[in-house]
Amino acid sequence: MSTQDPVLHVDALVVETTDKTPKQILKAVSFEIHAGETLCLVGESGSGKSVSSLTTLGLLPPGSLRATSGRVLLDGEDLLQATPKRLIELRGSRMAMIFQEPMTALNPVLTVGKQLDEVLACHTQASGAERRAQVLDALEQVHLPDIQRMYTSYPHQLSGGQRQRIMIAMALLLKPRLLIADEPTTALDVTTQHQILKLIRELQEKHGTAVLFITHDMGVVVDIADRVCVMNTGVIVEQGPVNQVLSSPREAYTRRLLTAVPSLTPRPPRPERGPRRVLDVAELAKEYGVSKRLFNGWRKPRTGTRAVNDVSFHLLEGRTLGIVGESGSGKSTLARCVMRLIDPTGGTIRINGQDIADLHPRGLKPHRGRIQMVFQDPYRSLNPRITIGQSLIEGPMNYGKPRREALAQAEELLQLVGLPPDAIDRFPHQFSGGQRQRIAIARALAMEPDVIVADEAVSALDVSVQAQVLALFDDIQKRLGVSILFITHDLRVAAQICDDVLVMQRGQVVEYGPAQQVLGHPQASYTRQLIAVAPGRSWNFAAFAPAS
Amino acid sequence: MPTHLHTQELPARYSLHGLVTRLLRLRPRTTTLIAATTLLLIVLMALFAPLIATQDPTALSPTSRLESMSAAHWLGTDAYGRDLFSRVVYGAQVSLAVGVGVAFLTVLIGLPLGLLAGYFRAIDAVLMRFMDGLMAIPGILAAIAIVSLTSANLWTLMIAITVPEIPQIVRLVRSQVLATREEAFVEAAVLMSTPTRTILWRHLMPNTFAPLIVQCTYVCAAAILTEATLSFLGVGLSSEIPTWGNIMSDGRTYFQLQPSLIFCAGLLLSLCILSINLLGDAARDSLDPVMKRKEG
Repeated sequence: MSTQDPVLHVDALVVETTDKTPKQILKAVSFEIHAGETLCLVGESGSGKSVSSLTTLGLLPPGSLRATSGRVLLDGEDLLQATPKRLIELRGSRMAMIFQEPMTALNPVLTVGKQLDEVLACHTQASGAERRAQVLDALEQVHLPDIQRMYTSYPHQLSGGQRQRIMIAMALLLKPRLLIADEPTTALDVTTQHQILKLIRELQEKHGTAVLFITHDMGVVVDIADRVCVMNTGVIVEQGPVNQVLSSPREAYTRRLLTAVPSLTPRPPRPERGPRRVLDVAELAKEYGVSKRLFNGWRKPRTGTRAVNDVSFHLLEGRTLGIVGESGSGKSTLARCVMRLIDPTGGTIRINGQDIADLHPRGLKPHRGRIQMVFQDPYRSLNPRITIGQSLIEGPMNYGKPRREALAQAEELLQLVGLPPDAIDRFPHQFSGGQRQRIAIARALAMEPDVIVADEAVSALDVSVQAQVLALFDDIQKRLGVSILFITHDLRVAAQICDDVLVMQRGQVVEYGPAQQVLGHPQASYTRQLIAVAPGRSWNFAAFAPAS
Repeated sequence: MPTHLHTQELPARYSLHGLVTRLLRLRPRTTTLIAATTLLLIVLMALFAPLIATQDPTALSPTSRLESMSAAHWLGTDAYGRDLFSRVVYGAQVSLAVGVGVAFLTVLIGLPLGLLAGYFRAIDAVLMRFMDGLMAIPGILAAIAIVSLTSANLWTLMIAITVPEIPQIVRLVRSQVLATREEAFVEAAVLMSTPTRTILWRHLMPNTFAPLIVQCTYVCAAAILTEATLSFLGVGLSSEIPTWGNIMSDGRTYFQLQPSLIFCAGLLLSLCILSINLLGDAARDSLDPVMKRKEG
C-alpha cells in the first residue's frame, strides 16, 4: 500500500432514519484521512458529526439509523459491507475510539490492568507475561504516574484526566491505523484538556496514527487539527487545511461559526453606573461534613471539607462580576450559598446592605426577589408540565401581583428576551435550548431583581446560540441596570461579559480584580496557567488571523 | 461492484430484522386491544348484572342442588341450589369494586404521604421506618388480621386490602419526588418564594403521575386477587354474597362432581387480572420516557 492512500476514505455516505418517513441525517458526506494526520469534524449539535464516526465504527443504533448508500473505506476495505464478526476484529486492531465520558466507557468493577489485558487477550496470542509488559508499556506511554499501582487500580480511584489517559492507552494498545476521538476532552477541565490534547498529538506523531477528531470547540480545533471539516445539518460545508479554513473561510456558515467564538481579549472597561453595592459578600465559608451534634463528647470534632473558604467580593449596580474556576473550585457552591439554596457555615451576604446569610426562610422572603438565578441546563430549569406563562407569573404572584398584571408583564418580558408573545401559552418542549434559556432569563427578570446569578448559563449551548444569549445578558443589563454574577469555567466567555473577574481554586480566591487586569496581566501563577492552557489561544477568531 | 453488493446484501439482513421490529411493535397493540376489550366486557357485566343475571344469585333452592348445565341454569347450580351463572355475573361487581376502590384508596393515602416523605427529611425518617415495618408483614396476613378485628363488609375489606398496599405507593412517589426536587425548576421555584405546598402541588406531584398510573393498575389487580383469596379462605365477605372467591370456596368440596363450580369464577378472575396487568404494561410502555425516546 502506498503512503498516498488514505487510511479512511468516506465516500458520499448517506445515513437515514429508519422511520416510515426516512429523514437524511447525513447527506452524501465525503472526507478522507491520511496516516499521521488529524482531521477535525467540527459542528454544532445536530450537525451529524457523531453519526459520521459511529457509522465508521459500525455502531449506528440498529432500528433507528442506517447507512443507505456510500462507502466507508478503511485501508480500502468497505466497512459498510463488513460482517459483524469482521467489524469486531477491525475495532480495536485497526481502528479504535475514545469517548467523551471515560467513566462510562470503563467497567467499574474491573481493575484498569485487567481491562487493558482483555483487549490484548481478545486480539492477540501473546502470553500473560508479554501482555502485562505491553500493558505497562502502554500506561507508560500515556504518562501515567506510578504505573504498577495504576495497573491494579479501579476506575473510580482515578481522576477524569487519568481515566481518559487509560482510554487512550486502551485505544492505542493494538496500534490501530485510525483513532476516532469523539469530544474526548469536553468533560475535562481546561488544564487536563490541554494535557490530553498534547498526549494525543504526541502519540500520533510517534505511531503515525490517523486521527478523526470530533469537537464542537473551535479552540480545540486550532490546537489539534491538521485539516478541518465544518459540518452543518448533515452536510460538509467546508473542508481544508486548518490555517486556510480559519484564515480565509469560503462559506458564510464557517465565517459565522468563527466569529461567534468569544475572544480571549477582555472587553474594554465600562464606566461605573453608580456607587451602590447591590451585593456584598464577606468571608463567606461553606464547610461540608462538620458534625452538628450537640452530644459529641467523646468524639473528636471532625474537620470537614471546605468547599468555599473565606471568599469576599462585592458587586456594584449594573456591573458584571465573573467567577472563574475549574470544576471543584467551589464556584457553584459559592453561587448556591449566595442564593441561600444551601446554608453557608460562615460569613455575610449583604443584598442592598441587608445581611441574608443567617436569615430564617420566612425572614428571607422579602429579599428573595432581589436576587434571582439562571441555571446551566435549559432542559431542566423549566417545569415541563406547565406553560411558559405560568412559569413566568409564578414569582410575581407569590409577591402579591394580580394575575392580569403579571401576565401583561410576562408578555413584555418575552418580547424583551426576543421571543414572540404567543410563546406564553406554549410548553417548554416546544422551544430549543437557546430559547429556553431566554425564557429562564425572563423568569428571573420577572422578579425585578437587582442581581442575577448566572451559573454556567451558556455552557450547555452551541457557540452561535451562546453568542446570542451573551448579547442578551449585555442588552438587559444596559436597559434595566441589573447586576450580574456570572459563574463560568470558560475564560473566553468571562472575557466577553465581565467587568471584574474573581478566580477561584480549591474554594479560595486566587485573584480578584478588573477583567482587563486579571485576564490581561494576571498576577497569580494559577491564573496565568489557566490562560496559557485555554484552547485556541494562538488564534484570533474574530480577525481570522493568528493572535498577536 | 460494491454498490451492487450493497443493494443485495443489506435488505436481506435488514428484512428479518425489520420483521422482528415490526412484530415487537405490533404485539403490544393487539394484546392491549384484547385486554381492553376483555376488561370492558367484565365491567359491563358488573354494571348490568341485574339485567344479565337470569335469577336472584342468593335464592336458595334445596330441590335443585348441584344440577348440571341446562336452559334454566346456564352453568348449573351449586350445593345450595343457587344459580351459578347469576352468581358469577354478580361476583364481578364485588371484584371490580374492590379493585378500583383499593387502587383509589392507596393513592389517596399513599400519594400525600409519599410527597411529604420525599420533601421533608424529618417526616421521611419516621414515616419510611413505619412503612418498612408494614412491608415486613405479609399482605394477606395483615388483611386477615384487620378483617378479624371488625366484621367483614365491603368497606372494612377494602381498607384491610389497602393498608398493606400503601407502602409501595409511598416508596414510589417518594423516589420520584427525591429525583424531581433536585431539578433546577424546583430550585427556581424556591428562589421565587413559592410556598412549599404550591411546590408540592404544582411542581412535584404532576411529575409522579406517569409511574403512579402504572403502579395503580398493579395494585388494582393485586387487590382483586387478595379479595378472592380472603373469600376463599373464608375470612372475606359473608358466603351468601356472591364473590368469585366465595363461589370457588363453596365449590371446592364438590369440585370433582362439578368442575364448573370452580372453573367459571377462576377463569373470569384470571382474565380480569391478566387484562388489567396487560393494560398496565401498555401504559408503562407509552409513559416511559426512555421507550418514547427510542421510538421518536
